[in-house]
Amino acid sequence: MYSKTVMEHFRNPRNVGVMEDADGVGEVGNPLCGDMMTVYLKVENERIKDIKFQTFGCGAAIAVSSILTEMAKGKTIEEARKISNRDVAEALEGLPKNKLHCSNLGADALHVAIKDYENKKSGKSTPEPKRKERHEHLHGEKCYCPYCDTEIPPGETACTNCQLNVM
Amino acid sequence: MRTINLDHLSATPLLPEVQDAMIEAIKANYGNPSSQHKIGDRAAQALEQSRESVAKLLGCEVPKQIVFTSGGTESVNLAIKGVAWANQEKGKHIVTSNIEHNAVLRSLRRLKMMDFQVTSVPVDQYGRVNPDHVAKAIRDDTILVSIMHSNNEIGTMQPIDEISEVTRGKKVLLHSDAVDSVGVVPVHVKKLGADLLSFASNPFYGPTGVGGLYVRPGVKIWPLLDGGVQENNKRAGAENLIGIIGMGAAAELAMRDMDSRIAHVKKLKEKLLRDLPGYIDGYYVNGHPEHSLPNLVSISIRYIEGESVVLMLDDEDIAVSTRSACAAGSLQASHVLLAIGREFADAQGTMVITFGVDNTEKNIDLFLRALKDSVKTLRDISPLYSKAAGG
Repeated sequence: MYSKTVMEHFRNPRNVGVMEDADGVGEVGNPLCGDMMTVYLKVENERIKDIKFQTFGCGAAIAVSSILTEMAKGKTIEEARKISNRDVAEALEGLPKNKLHCSNLGADALHVAIKDYENKKSGKSTPEPKRKERHEHLHGEKCYCPYCDTEIPPGETACTNCQLNVM
Repeated sequence: MRTINLDHLSATPLLPEVQDAMIEAIKANYGNPSSQHKIGDRAAQALEQSRESVAKLLGCEVPKQIVFTSGGTESVNLAIKGVAWANQEKGKHIVTSNIEHNAVLRSLRRLKMMDFQVTSVPVDQYGRVNPDHVAKAIRDDTILVSIMHSNNEIGTMQPIDEISEVTRGKKVLLHSDAVDSVGVVPVHVKKLGADLLSFASNPFYGPTGVGGLYVRPGVKIWPLLDGGVQENNKRAGAENLIGIIGMGAAAELAMRDMDSRIAHVKKLKEKLLRDLPGYIDGYYVNGHPEHSLPNLVSISIRYIEGESVVLMLDDEDIAVSTRSACAAGSLQASHVLLAIGREFADAQGTMVITFGVDNTEKNIDLFLRALKDSVKTLRDISPLYSKAAGG
């Protein structure tokens, strides 16, 4: 089911850990669908000097987190900002369609961490993510039915194609 | 190295006698059981012999009351949709539980699109249905109650005999999805009192893609498949004779060996539950302590996700199953685990281990050791564990 790259990152995830004194922290995900990720950044001269992650999730989620940290480490904030979910999935040599949902975690967590870093710099505080019970998407990523790939419009709970309540 | 199979719910190996019966059937070149000549006769004989074996397994005295299908899912669909459509003049309300298998849930969802109404009765923390709740849910326009005999995610077995007393008293039909029970534990249609009972061959060492539905005489039911008059006019189409012969052989073995099989898997289940605390902490055992499938253990391991555990154990050549959303291809936690009160995050770490005749105590030891390592590794990566540990 998973590519060699995904399995390699799952078996040997890079940059696992927490940072007590992080310059930016990004927490995304929702236990409702089984994926949560926290990314920690150490930034020096607008460059990501160190990055660590923790993930609660499936093989794809762990692999995504691991490769994301590899892609972001050493990049400038501007370069890191450009890393997209698509880039991550491509770097993993693709993911099964119903796992693309997990791949959204990686880049999103990075962007939330970058935002947090910028907020800290300018003295603002980042609001705690409000995690309600419903499946909540924090950054406008799209949701696809895991059975037939039809896009589920935001706010909807059922896939119109297979008539299933997937959310 | 051969994989240790601790996921018998998905696939049981074909026993040698079953394999032999099926290979012989292939070589015998049976014709079509519906034909009117000698070639058809031989096939019909083989078909009816298998039907007798399966009927005996179910304690059904009239083999004709068994309808062969392509498996548990088709049986469930036939029972629910067939009864709903045939009885809709009487009413369009159906009662079920909130822990049924997807075959039941989605069949009911399909019926809801046709203006049927469904009431789900809740279960307690062990997953048990209370017959009184079923009684209260039945209305004047209720035509069917569907409650599963045993649950594949938590193992809990339901008091079908008590529920059938309720339904008989209210003159409502009762269907029970017994796919994970038949051939594993004693299931006798008379004792249970259900009007319809779904079963499949793969839980009791028969081939996948074969199953059946017991239909009590007098039950009005429309077939799903229209065409010829096979299966007592309840399921058109030439039968999957080779598969059915396999199921018949498996049924004979299940009857002969049921007691010893139950004793064997019970020992493994007890060992696993007894030894588990010595390997990991932070977990819930799901299901009823007493009324539960003897071959199934369901545990929700906190702070980690199930598919990751399956992958890690797979690397150690151990096959288990999980009920996490990701593994089920869903975006939400299992409805069964939520129904018994598990938190979303804990539900995601649910592992289901099912034993078979090919498992040994050594398998359990290896599994526990591998599980301990996987849980430790995954908790080290988990933000939920850090939060819990750090306070």
